[in-house]
Amino acid sequence: MRKFSFSRKSLGVPYALFLFVFVIAPLLVLFYYAFTDGQGQFTIANLTGFFTNPNTLGTLCYSFALAIVTTAVCLLLAYPIAYILAFSNIKSKSVILMLFVMPMWINFSLRITALKEVLTVLEGNLAMHPFLNAVIGMTYDFLPFMILPIYTTISRLDKALREAAMDLGANEFETFLKITLPLSVPGIISGVSMVFLPAMTNYVVLDMLYNSTYIMGSLIGSYFAAYNWHGGSMIALILLGIICLFTLLTGGSEEENTRGGALL
Amino acid sequence: MGTSENIIELKHITRTYEDGFSAVEDFNLEVKRGEFVTFLGPSGCGKTTTLRMIAGFDIPTSGEILLNGKPITNLPPNKRPINTVFQRYALFPHMNIFENIAFGLKQKKTPKDVIEKKVKKVLALVDLEGFENRSVSTLSGGQQQRIAIARALVNEPEILLLDEPLGALDLKMRKEMQIELKAMHDELGITFIYVTHDQEEALTMSDKIVVMSEGKMQQIGTPEDIYNEPKNAFVADFIGESNIFNGIMTGKLKARFCGGEFECVDDIEQGTHITAVVRPEDVELTPPGQGIISGVVDSVIFKGMHYEITVVSGKNEMVIQSVKSAAPGERVGMKVDPQNIHIMIAEDHTNIFSADINQDFHLEYNGHILDTSVTKIIKGSRRTEDGTLLDAHGEVIDPKKTKIMVSIQPSDIHMTDNMEEGIVQGYISNLIYKGDHYSYVIHTDLEQDFIVNDEYLWNMDDQVGLLMPVDKMKFALKR
Amino acid sequence: MRKYIKGMFLGLVLLFLYLPIFILAVYSFTDATNIGAIRGFSLHNYVTLFTTPELLGMIGGTILLALGAAFLATLLGTMGAIGAFYSKKKTTKVISTMNQVPVVNADVVTGFSLCILLVVVLGVSKDTFVPLVVGHVILCAPFVYLSVMPKIRQMDPSIYEAALDLGATPFVALIQIVIPQILPGIISGFALAVTLSLDDYFVATYTKPATFDTISTYVVNATKGAQTTIKTALWALSTVIFLIVLVLVAVMNLRANKNGSERVDA
Repeated sequence: MRKFSFSRKSLGVPYALFLFVFVIAPLLVLFYYAFTDGQGQFTIANLTGFFTNPNTLGTLCYSFALAIVTTAVCLLLAYPIAYILAFSNIKSKSVILMLFVMPMWINFSLRITALKEVLTVLEGNLAMHPFLNAVIGMTYDFLPFMILPIYTTISRLDKALREAAMDLGANEFETFLKITLPLSVPGIISGVSMVFLPAMTNYVVLDMLYNSTYIMGSLIGSYFAAYNWHGGSMIALILLGIICLFTLLTGGSEEENTRGGALL
Repeated sequence: MGTSENIIELKHITRTYEDGFSAVEDFNLEVKRGEFVTFLGPSGCGKTTTLRMIAGFDIPTSGEILLNGKPITNLPPNKRPINTVFQRYALFPHMNIFENIAFGLKQKKTPKDVIEKKVKKVLALVDLEGFENRSVSTLSGGQQQRIAIARALVNEPEILLLDEPLGALDLKMRKEMQIELKAMHDELGITFIYVTHDQEEALTMSDKIVVMSEGKMQQIGTPEDIYNEPKNAFVADFIGESNIFNGIMTGKLKARFCGGEFECVDDIEQGTHITAVVRPEDVELTPPGQGIISGVVDSVIFKGMHYEITVVSGKNEMVIQSVKSAAPGERVGMKVDPQNIHIMIAEDHTNIFSADINQDFHLEYNGHILDTSVTKIIKGSRRTEDGTLLDAHGEVIDPKKTKIMVSIQPSDIHMTDNMEEGIVQGYISNLIYKGDHYSYVIHTDLEQDFIVNDEYLWNMDDQVGLLMPVDKMKFALKR
Repeated sequence: MRKYIKGMFLGLVLLFLYLPIFILAVYSFTDATNIGAIRGFSLHNYVTLFTTPELLGMIGGTILLALGAAFLATLLGTMGAIGAFYSKKKTTKVISTMNQVPVVNADVVTGFSLCILLVVVLGVSKDTFVPLVVGHVILCAPFVYLSVMPKIRQMDPSIYEAALDLGATPFVALIQIVIPQILPGIISGFALAVTLSLDDYFVATYTKPATFDTISTYVVNATKGAQTTIKTALWALSTVIFLIVLVLVAVMNLRANKNGSERVDA
């Protein structure tokens, strides 16, 4: 009897150990490396270095600017799409939704390659509009991740709520503003969290579109290329801090399997 | 000799959880081979926990379970010759009916042809021949129930455990299944242990009923025993409808309760505090003055087979089932055949009386305001701004229809010569010396007996006022 | 009129999403080396794609890695979810929180920190593929866990007990009763794991052997280089993947519709 209740619980042991060794331990090591130098001596030089160097500070600002603009563009495109799809009564709704989601299953590097070719034709020299291209590229890459959570939230809203608002004299716009929009905030939040952080770190999109400006992710990449583990660790740690802060601000929707939900 | 007859014995079974909560406490039971035993009690009384310990899903914290005289306390469920019919059937949704029923036999490596024969036979037993290839989801609740029974019975268990198996069925289906289950039990001769909170189900089907409350066995006996001779107030209240009164023995075969002196058949020493139980169908209505007690008809409800009449007599209420109707407001007399009065020696002497909620939502008893907040007494209740009282579910509590049961211990009541000071007045109708204190019975002007402990000697028939500190009172809601 | 505007809007965004892929698909069937130039029909990109050992090895390696990592992730994640569900509340909370870390973390950080632990601190060689496989399992397993967990929660807890009651050992009950019940969650978890592994760039970059490339790392490096034959062969790869995805989605949609109508009949 003891054995039987033990066996089901014990199934979790390998996974718990795995998570601890390969998820938690690396973060602890990261912490250690961020605050030591090559000789293993404690130092906060990496931290002060980051916040006093105009270049790295510039990178931080550029990352934020890029992430904010990308997120805003995605949201402005995705919300109307989700709204139209959720409230339309066309038969082929699920097919159209599928069309918006499908690009996610095609390898992102191949899709960015395609985008690059088209942009090159349109713009001639890609290097002329680096920021614009970065925003277009990231929007192209991340848009489905914004559409899906918002669509899911809106389509689950009780229809009766909107009908009640209309019944009580609100017009369609007021109903949207006072009922639908506030109730779709959870979807917006998970959409934003799925776009904002990758937009700060996914430097490959920039690389592929010939934008040589650094974002936070690129800093890690360059430290990695230079075998500077301590510097890279500090950048990773700062990113981790931003992620924690962001999760706290958005209420850490723990149960939301957003990336997974988006992909399936 | 007795042991060999017992198929299962539970000895001093206790199940305590990590948070200190005891689901079952010192539970002892012997079940004879072939018996139909029912665990009956309200939800949370420990009946399902006890069943789960017999099945092996739960292990007692202490105590021993013997099957045919051999301990099985720590044996895993798959090693016990006991099968269960689950509350929500627990049929395997990904298997068809045949695979469901054959599951247990396959675990025992029974040959294929034997399995097929047995499944066929058991399907016939539950009246579902030819259902082998149906999928679970196509069956109705009643049919799923039969398959669940078939799946358990096909293994020829020594004991069949049934955990509220009819709870999810509608009334008509439930009645049918009760009869069928009983017939199956008689036909197969397997020991059935049945768990239910439905007293009617228990009374209809069982050879033996175990009434449980708060993890403890309250009474064990045949349905007749349990119904006619409830051992305590809980059993009386739980089994059938009952009028339950606190009272006292006033002489040989004489008891006073509900404001009257009744003859009874229980020979208990004079002065003993008692609990008297009278079934509603045993109260006879008489013209006023001709009964033992009298009162005013408060309400009459037609129940199809009879009228349910509530009569208020002094501060007491009597519920009566009668084939004749009565008019609200009418004065009536009431009498009870001595045979039909069940007297139990009161185990604790807690004084219980009911208080009203007045318009200001204060508690009131005998014109005195009890200084306590109603919202504190009713869990989760609150006052709204317009002054209505809402309960935890947000439903309005009507103070007129709500009574608060107040209980207080005998040692917390004090007597005073200053009559006006007391919350209620009365005279000392009995006193017993208990070694270090006297136990008094005060018969109040409201025709109720209060038990009061006091270390000083007062005289019989003294007129006294009773002082009851509010902080010593306990309150319970009664609707 | 408003309906028309709505349709236009959806159409434009879809155009934005699909035009590049379509144009690339069209040009993959020509001998053009740049988009814009109008050239003749040719299958040479496909010939290159399916005959160049370097490309075939890279594609095969990516698929093998995805299937292997997804298999391990499914095994670990499923066991983890079952174990966590039946553990005490506190233990469940700890496992679920740890599980959430790779989900919210940036892939760059996940890959870099794993590289530091395994390669820099523990000295495991990247050539052993251990860091890469571990990295991809880390990337995928949390999502398996998240897709299995709701299925366990939805499952009637007494069917496991019913199996034991009928004489099954805990192991048999788990395999024959619990696993079939949560199978839809396991399958979608596996599919998700494969997709995540195929799409990954960052974890692979920080943990892969220098001589090994996944599609992502290969494509990113190829775009930096100027080898035209390889570049245009990748257009063909993009088209092939697009068609595979299209077929998969169509099949899934048809099956979903069929199931849907069956449910209505029943």
